Amino acid sequence: MSATPESRSRRNAALKVAGALLLVLLITLTPVSRPLWLGAEGLLVALAVAVCRVPLVPLARRVLLLSPFIAGAALASAVGAHASDWQTLAVRSSLCLVTVVVLSQAVTIAELLAVLRAAKVPTLLLTTLALMHRYLFVLADESARMGRARSARTFSGRRRFAWIAAASVVGNLFVRASERAERVYEAMCARGWKA
Amino acid sequence: MHIPDGFLDAKTALATATLSAAGLAYALRQVRAELPPRKVPLLGLSAAFLFAAQMVNFPVVGGTSGHLVGAALVAALLGPSAAVVVLSTVLIVQCLLFADGGLLALGANIFNMGLVATLFGYAVYEACRRLVGGTRGRVAAIAFAGWCSAVAASISCAGQLAWSGTIPWPVALPAMAGVHMLIGVGEGLISALVLLAVSRTRPDLLQGALNPAPPSRTRGFVVLGLISSLGVALFVAPFACPWPDGLESVAARLGFGSRAAAPLVATPLHDYRIPGLSSPAMATAAAGAVGTLVAFFLALAFSRLVVRAREEGKPTRP
Repeated sequence: MSATPESRSRRNAALKVAGALLLVLLITLTPVSRPLWLGAEGLLVALAVAVCRVPLVPLARRVLLLSPFIAGAALASAVGAHASDWQTLAVRSSLCLVTVVVLSQAVTIAELLAVLRAAKVPTLLLTTLALMHRYLFVLADESARMGRARSARTFSGRRRFAWIAAASVVGNLFVRASERAERVYEAMCARGWKA
Repeated sequence: MHIPDGFLDAKTALATATLSAAGLAYALRQVRAELPPRKVPLLGLSAAFLFAAQMVNFPVVGGTSGHLVGAALVAALLGPSAAVVVLSTVLIVQCLLFADGGLLALGANIFNMGLVATLFGYAVYEACRRLVGGTRGRVAAIAFAGWCSAVAASISCAGQLAWSGTIPWPVALPAMAGVHMLIGVGEGLISALVLLAVSRTRPDLLQGALNPAPPSRTRGFVVLGLISSLGVALFVAPFACPWPDGLESVAARLGFGSRAAAPLVATPLHDYRIPGLSSPAMATAAAGAVGTLVAFFLALAFSRLVVRAREEGKPTRP
């Protein structure tokens, strides 16, 4: 059987996911007593960045955005028994973070869904994942629009009203999402979908 | 509360991944059995809704702001099995698309926020809703359930970090639970306001939660609850047992009992000796119990504040 473009991209995506998992596992299993190993693993991560041709500026922005979590957790581990390990822990965790960010930039959800379908993941989960990805940005835009409309109409800076207004935006978002789900169901049926 | 990679060791990652996979697989089976085909797209749309709702910021003190996590809210709106699927989907997409939460830690994150927070939140919501009744009951129940779900997930998270040997339990528990007792207040208030907004615009959307639970839903809840209890027993029980031996010595070595370790709730009880509460574990448990009671009565008071008496008179129950 000759390799179609779809099967090739699916194989590539599967390789990337497996590679990222392996790399994260390797970094996690590095003993604290061997900090030099982390250097070698850092080179592997850099290699992954180069191979996947991930643009560096968005990568750095994403890593910086997520690094406070690591800093917080490392700080918490610095309190108490093995206080000397926290630097290794922070480096280890940061390397893993870069790996996951590279994966998220290098694989699209469509490719990922194809990999999961080939791995026999239940269809219901795949449908849910696909629909979530489809409407993620639609609903995020809708919520931003509702927030803008609300702030254009109400000028009260009082916190109590801000909470009630924001909650009504979220509540309306749920109502709109459920109404949209009805329409999506009808569209799915019209296109021959079977449960 | 998204655990990044590198903080959990291999055994914790493997155990949480196994438990989460089992829980998610069971929830999917249950949803397929109990959900009509018409509602299948609602799962994906609810996941997208939750993701968008988590981006709506609520102003807190100063310039800081908080946002909804929504485990208890989704469980109250959709039922436990569907909520497990929705929360897991959100966490998978957050990890793979936005690198929020680790890849190896995905199992742990699904376990804490997808299983423990959801099921615990649902159990508390159902119990309190029956206890109080009416719209006020629902608002008080979701406020308290939101608080409980945040605290329960944080305790499970602390247990995993301690089991991995990353952060010692006497530090992890008060830090995580203490912070999330505060965060949980926001979570409870937001969940309650959102539920109230939904019940005012489309009360019929809450009917699913109002109908007597079908037997399959109860069975699904029991099995999923067992899976998450098993996990919590695995992560938390080794540390939380009241036997004074190991824990006492660890606590003494680490200087547990300092005020910094338990900033929020342990302080009022700091010099407060109840007979039989000499061990720090028991003192922490007592502090937690007091915090829980306070949260429950705050939720009750809040529901009286926001639900007007006129609204309460309306026939909300079919």
